[in-house]
Amino acid sequence: MLFIMSNSSLKRTPLFDTLVRAGGRMVDFHGWEMPVQFSGILAEHQAVRTACGVFDVSHMGQVFISGPDAHRFVERVNCNRMSAEPGKGTYAHILAEDGGILDDAITFCLAPERFLAVVNAATADKDFAWFQRQSAGFDVELDHASDRYGMLAVQGPNAPALVGEIFPAALALPRFGIVELPWAGETAFVMRTGYTGEDGFEVAASPAGTLAFWDVLLARGGRHGLVPCGLGSRDTLRLESGYLLYGADADETRTPYEANCGWVVKLQKGDFVGREALVRRKEAGFKEKLTGVRLLGRGVPRHGCAVWLGDRKLGELCSATFAPSLGTGIGVGYLAPDAWEGGIRVEIEIHGKKAVAETVRGSFRKNSV
Amino acid sequence: MYDEKACKFMKSHEWAFAEGEVAAVGISDYAQKEISDVVFVELPKVGAKVEQGKPCAVIESVKAAADFFAPVSGEVVEVNDAIVDNPALVNQSPHGDGWFFKIRTSKPAELAALMDFATYQKTASH
Repeated sequence: MLFIMSNSSLKRTPLFDTLVRAGGRMVDFHGWEMPVQFSGILAEHQAVRTACGVFDVSHMGQVFISGPDAHRFVERVNCNRMSAEPGKGTYAHILAEDGGILDDAITFCLAPERFLAVVNAATADKDFAWFQRQSAGFDVELDHASDRYGMLAVQGPNAPALVGEIFPAALALPRFGIVELPWAGETAFVMRTGYTGEDGFEVAASPAGTLAFWDVLLARGGRHGLVPCGLGSRDTLRLESGYLLYGADADETRTPYEANCGWVVKLQKGDFVGREALVRRKEAGFKEKLTGVRLLGRGVPRHGCAVWLGDRKLGELCSATFAPSLGTGIGVGYLAPDAWEGGIRVEIEIHGKKAVAETVRGSFRKNSV
Repeated sequence: MYDEKACKFMKSHEWAFAEGEVAAVGISDYAQKEISDVVFVELPKVGAKVEQGKPCAVIESVKAAADFFAPVSGEVVEVNDAIVDNPALVNQSPHGDGWFFKIRTSKPAELAALMDFATYQKTASH
């Protein structure tokens, strides 16, 4: 057997030492030294489905957009219709001129002239540079605040009870709601969002505030069944729930339509970056679409596994894993149109052998949110 | 149980426990911790010929797949179907119910060349 060892020239979040002390097994994740697991992926996954778990997501990026044209700018760089109601966020894709996906992000309206975009770790610098380029002619100020914020995700059915003990006002938040609350002598942004298919919150605060929040969560979390969780369970939870992982399941070569996220495109909202190209590419039609597959027998599919219909290769899996809540292997990949419906019998090539599977539309399970 | 102190080990973390000319094989406690949550095991069939140092089984955890290299050469005479039905046994009891299969050794001298427990512990714990 071969084990991958982490190297030491990686970026670390403010919680690094705390996570190591908590038993985190650190690995290289897109240049960040992050915990892949603490007690074990299966146990952490199960805790989030039945109780709650806490994830360090401090590697994610924060960009503040403020000024008189802030909302108009947010609409310009996102393909969805973006909330202008203070306290509400919107999930959307940020597109290139050619309609390719630069990132997926949630942008929150904090005030009529102030927005917060929470973007992916590996794309934060690229997004910020893109925003700067697109901001010509807009009266906006852009603030790349990623280094000033840490962020924790508390997820699972018991998350409201636990987070409500610390931030009672958080309980009034709707899904995708945000509120700025006093915390540890400063303030923290509390968001009712997550990446697990369960109810929960994400809390962005200063590095010191994030550490303080971790300590309070761990001190109070025991009777709520809270466990520290790593990127391993974060991935199994999100894949089961049908959420996209940017960089793996979508990149600049794909449009939201191909990424099975057509619902985030609002062509009727007016002009936005990439709209014209999207209309053209949609009319031309697509050859591949991100499609789910579920193994019907035993085995664990992985990134790169080929999917077959008879002797015809339909495509390859970009994300795949053992799904703990389903007890079976699942994956998503860009597959040919024959596989776009659900329930189609296909085969996944694993270690040179073909394993029977069926296609799945949307989430692999019924999400709680 | 296959007392780990009486087992012989490969650098690649497999163990062998000799019972006459038959050797039971499995993965070490260190290996099960490293690979963590085993969710699938593919074993060779009874009657299969295996060769020392060659891959002959597959272990899958949530995150990764690993090859199992035969610690000794010979013929597979018994496989532990219990770990196919319940792969968690490999984590719970790597030297007990989590054993992999048994080999009728064709080159018994190979066993002597493997590491003993004390030597293996020094290499595995860095």
